[in-house]
Amino acid sequence: MSQTVIEIEDLSFSISGKRILEQIRFCASAGQRLFIVGPNGAGKTTLLRCLSRIISDWQGSIKVKGKNIRAYPQKKLAKILTYVPQVLPADIPFTTHQFILMARYPHLSPFSVISPQDEKIVSDAMDMTQTACFAERVMATLSGGERQQVSITAAVAQQAEIFLLDEPATYLDYKHQRDIHSLLAKINKTCGTTIVCVTHDLNSAVLSADKIIALKEGKIVFEGTSQEIMNEDTLEKIYSKKFDFAQHPVTGQKIIVPDVIE
Amino acid sequence: MKRTAFIFIIIFAILVIAITPFIGSVKIPFSALKDFELATSEAQIFYSLRLPRVFTAFLAGAALACCGVALQAMFKNPLATPFTLGISGGAAFGAAVYVIFASAIISYGGIAFSFAGSLGAVALVYGLTRIKKGFSVGTMLLAGIAVNFFFSSLIMFLQYISDFTQSFRIIHWLMGSVDVTGFHTPGVLFVITAVGIIVIAAQSLNLNLMSISDEIAAARGVNVKRTRKIIFLATSIMVAGVVSFCGPIGFVGLMAPHICRLLVGYDHKILTPAAILFGGAFLTLCDCVARTIIAPAEMPVGVITALLGGPFFVWLLLKDTDKSGL
Repeated sequence: MSQTVIEIEDLSFSISGKRILEQIRFCASAGQRLFIVGPNGAGKTTLLRCLSRIISDWQGSIKVKGKNIRAYPQKKLAKILTYVPQVLPADIPFTTHQFILMARYPHLSPFSVISPQDEKIVSDAMDMTQTACFAERVMATLSGGERQQVSITAAVAQQAEIFLLDEPATYLDYKHQRDIHSLLAKINKTCGTTIVCVTHDLNSAVLSADKIIALKEGKIVFEGTSQEIMNEDTLEKIYSKKFDFAQHPVTGQKIIVPDVIE
Repeated sequence: MKRTAFIFIIIFAILVIAITPFIGSVKIPFSALKDFELATSEAQIFYSLRLPRVFTAFLAGAALACCGVALQAMFKNPLATPFTLGISGGAAFGAAVYVIFASAIISYGGIAFSFAGSLGAVALVYGLTRIKKGFSVGTMLLAGIAVNFFFSSLIMFLQYISDFTQSFRIIHWLMGSVDVTGFHTPGVLFVITAVGIIVIAAQSLNLNLMSISDEIAAARGVNVKRTRKIIFLATSIMVAGVVSFCGPIGFVGLMAPHICRLLVGYDHKILTPAAILFGGAFLTLCDCVARTIIAPAEMPVGVITALLGGPFFVWLLLKDTDKSGL
């Protein structure tokens, strides 16, 4: 049994009287690949933002490595977990290398200089994610897929143990979607990183998750394995629509197929 | 290329400080420099008027540029300056209150009043932005402009109720001037500016990350809220210092960071010192023009910076090639 790294109990959050999250309760253990799915407006992104402390006025308890998340200084928390937003701003004026180097921030003090060791960590991260080829390009000139790869590379260079990803592949084409998901699988395998990933792509969640959680209207309506969620009634309960299924030709897993549009 | 530009800015600043004290309605011969007893009038002019004036202009320009860099990065907005956020307006109102009501009772209280004014303005702008849930830079700038107008009206009201001499003093000072005598003003300004610059320089890495996005900054471990408070406090005190001594001098805080970004790039570890040197040198040069162009009479330096700054501001609005938005 591996160590529990995230422990959420009775997490609730509301914006001007409207409940966004209600009594959320789940755990993630070290090295786990946890996917969070659910319809639009279910509170998935908000949940990640609470976890990464971008939002702080929630009620309940969030523990990271056994310690209340509020007790961490932001910098110390950034050594343990990091957040990868849906998209990076399109107009970042820094080069890829500069941007990834900035991910060493939690390991630096205000006036310290970048050490050769930091440089090594950054170049190793770029080798791993195959982003070294555009190291000297300005971020604003990268494509959406490249920018997303860089965003994840920076998280690797940050050496966080937990990655919180918000729909990392949503705006990407099929190849780049595949690249991002296999990159995440590789990071999870080689670094033992815990992956908490919000997605709308049920099939890729099913194919790579250890555990899936489904949110609906701010509540957890499903928690279980890939096999368990691929069930007509379960999915209908989550998405209020019927799904058709097929067998994956390689793995034999049950996957969903797109609807026929008349 | 960027390193060359930075070295160029350093040389530019040194040259401006070295040359401008000699320029003005009275020519200063080099022999006057050795006259430490101030026996000649040239030496008196040089040591008790020109040098303090050059230092004051340099420090004021440096402080305003430093505030501009920090605010623009923090809000990811090219128009964020002490002016558009209402900080200058608050400081000016504080100083005007001091001139009219308190200068007869307490001497040297101008900074304290300005600081109270600038802090009040920041609290007002920040508070107004916070009332609307969620933080929006657009709301903040609009609140800043509203607060600025509010304080300008209050200053006009003060002028209206004050007597002729006080009113004239306020008008003269509102135009912006670095016309000082002796080293008291540059001394105080030096302390305030130095503290402010050190505090902001210590935020360089935070500013780099916050100039990308607050989310990314938080993900990398920046305490975004605390950084905002520190920057607001540091800029409030620097702006209060500058405004109480020199009046609300415009456009340096807007212009210097933009020009330096074009020259040395976006890394605040270089950008902040570059903007500080450039802003200082720029204002010193403006003041040099202001005191020579209609010599022996003088123009307020604020007139020159605004004359140069106005067209620059328009150019900035019209050109859309700078993709970064900063």
